[in-house]
Amino acid sequence: MAKLGYLPKEKLTALLEALSKEQRLFVPCQAGDAVLFQQYDATKTPCLDRPATTPPKGIIFPQDDTLFTFTYHKDAEDLKKVSVELKENLDVAPTIIFGARPCDAKGFLIYDRPYTETDTPDPYYKKRRDMTAIMTLACPAPSPGCFCTSVGGDPADKDGSDVLITQLESGYLFESITEKGETILQNSLFEEGSSYQEQAQRTHEAVAELVRKPFQVTEELTQKVLSLFENDSFWEEEANKCISCGACTYLCPTCYCFNITDEQAGSSGERIRTWDACMFYHFTLEASGHNPRALKHQRLKNRVGHKFSYYPQKYDGAIACCGCGRCVRYCPVSVDISEIVAHAQEYTNDHGE
Amino acid sequence: MTTVNNPYLPELATITKIIEETPNIKSYQVVFDDQEKMGRFSFEPGQVGQLSVFGTGESTFVINSPPTRMEYLQFSVMKAGEVTGVLHDLAEGDQVGVRAPLGNWFPYEEMKGKKILFIGGGIGLAPLRTLILFMLDNRDDYDDITIIYGARTPPDLCYKDDLKDWEARADVNLILTVDAEYPEWDKRIGFVPTVLSEVAPSSENTVAITCGPPIMIKFVLQGLAQLKFKDEQIITTLEKRMKCGIGICGRCNIGSMYVCKDGPVFSLAQLKQIPPEL
Repeated sequence: MAKLGYLPKEKLTALLEALSKEQRLFVPCQAGDAVLFQQYDATKTPCLDRPATTPPKGIIFPQDDTLFTFTYHKDAEDLKKVSVELKENLDVAPTIIFGARPCDAKGFLIYDRPYTETDTPDPYYKKRRDMTAIMTLACPAPSPGCFCTSVGGDPADKDGSDVLITQLESGYLFESITEKGETILQNSLFEEGSSYQEQAQRTHEAVAELVRKPFQVTEELTQKVLSLFENDSFWEEEANKCISCGACTYLCPTCYCFNITDEQAGSSGERIRTWDACMFYHFTLEASGHNPRALKHQRLKNRVGHKFSYYPQKYDGAIACCGCGRCVRYCPVSVDISEIVAHAQEYTNDHGE
Repeated sequence: MTTVNNPYLPELATITKIIEETPNIKSYQVVFDDQEKMGRFSFEPGQVGQLSVFGTGESTFVINSPPTRMEYLQFSVMKAGEVTGVLHDLAEGDQVGVRAPLGNWFPYEEMKGKKILFIGGGIGLAPLRTLILFMLDNRDDYDDITIIYGARTPPDLCYKDDLKDWEARADVNLILTVDAEYPEWDKRIGFVPTVLSEVAPSSENTVAITCGPPIMIKFVLQGLAQLKFKDEQIITTLEKRMKCGIGICGRCNIGSMYVCKDGPVFSLAQLKQIPPEL
């Protein structure tokens, strides 16, 4: 049974204070023109009225992460002999992400399939994921470019969250979704919330109505996108203005590609994992000079294809796009992934592919 | 403390022997420093591993020693990029990291009782070598074994000791070729696909396994089709740039398939099912 708690607006700071004492607490904060998830302390003012510029994915999957360190030791007896020592780096502290949006939370569900639900789970991702609670704010209004309802989401979607927060006139209604969420709602700052449930429900429905719906996911979508694989002119047209900057992938809650590199200074160093992007030429460049995705339309096709065809083929039809709209909002040349998908549907309908 | 089964953490291993195969290819025999782990280690022919030089990075190579000979794991490295360049500077006794086994393997069970045709070019003999040695160690399970192998020049032929062995064996039919005439070369001259057409092996009850440069594979596949090999009878291995080796990092995908995890071994029938993005 979900636990409900009401928090008057003036008590929000007290709640954040309390939560941040127990664990690392990340909240969206204004930082120049951007809103970024930052670790909370008394100097921070949360910004909840618009979605963060970047998703909170970096809290669980850091943009750069040391996988292990290595140290070369010279043998004191035989100076020619050198041995290596490896040290795994897996320290994780309990964490709360406060004020994620439902699409952000859903992004982690898309990560979970390849990162944890396999025969070789990723221990770095899994440990952080297990130790993080996500307190999601139901969207009070749609944001420019977003389209969650097209990809099976909802501005008050509970999937992937531990607590769902709904902003009401004079306060917030907190609803627990998981056990982790229930524990959080045990805080004494919360008042009885059940009388606010109907009001919250009405808000959810009203916002959902306002979300634009550029396309509809159908069962055939996966095959339709795939059927265009060899249609270079379709993808060239769609990628015409793309500049392969990769901003879309860095802002995407579901883009999960990475690189692994070594850095060394003196006799020790680290093996580091960093975010990487299929939009970059070097991503697939082979030592021989051959590159299977040398052209920008091939790379854009891979990004769209992965989200709307390859990933769903692999994972029971799940679309690997949460419709947050960040790539649409912040693309410097206004490439719109929702338009591309809509075009793919139109094209295949018109050409019978 | 170390997490059990951290797929990113390499096993430390020591290079026990380096063999100069060709002017730009060296083979490395490595043994895990943890003897207990070496004893427990198992893999299937065709599976690959990631070799690490700490401070430079990792690269993927097939384990080209067979699981029937577990005194060491052998990897062959062509000097091509950053990691392979540094690997070429290492000496016997140096330490490397190994993440293995990764990927799938040759369907050797399904090949039992059949004639086996290996077609290799250059360093492409590496994955075939694993299976050839594995089959020779289980010789009774397979019918005739034919190996067509070529390289640009005689010094570019890999595994020269093996080639001598196979040539001497009565139960292996080895056909060697080089691209052009070369002093003291008394065997065939011509590209591998041409030699394949000259030898014209029967496709009946036969499995063909081919690996080599893409241009060779292209014409070998045409040649095999002319010899009436069906797509299901042809097996090859793919290469892509890889990082994680466990199907996550996104580099080696062809459509929904990851070469590092779902490959590197594919039948031609399987390859025809996936998008053409090689």
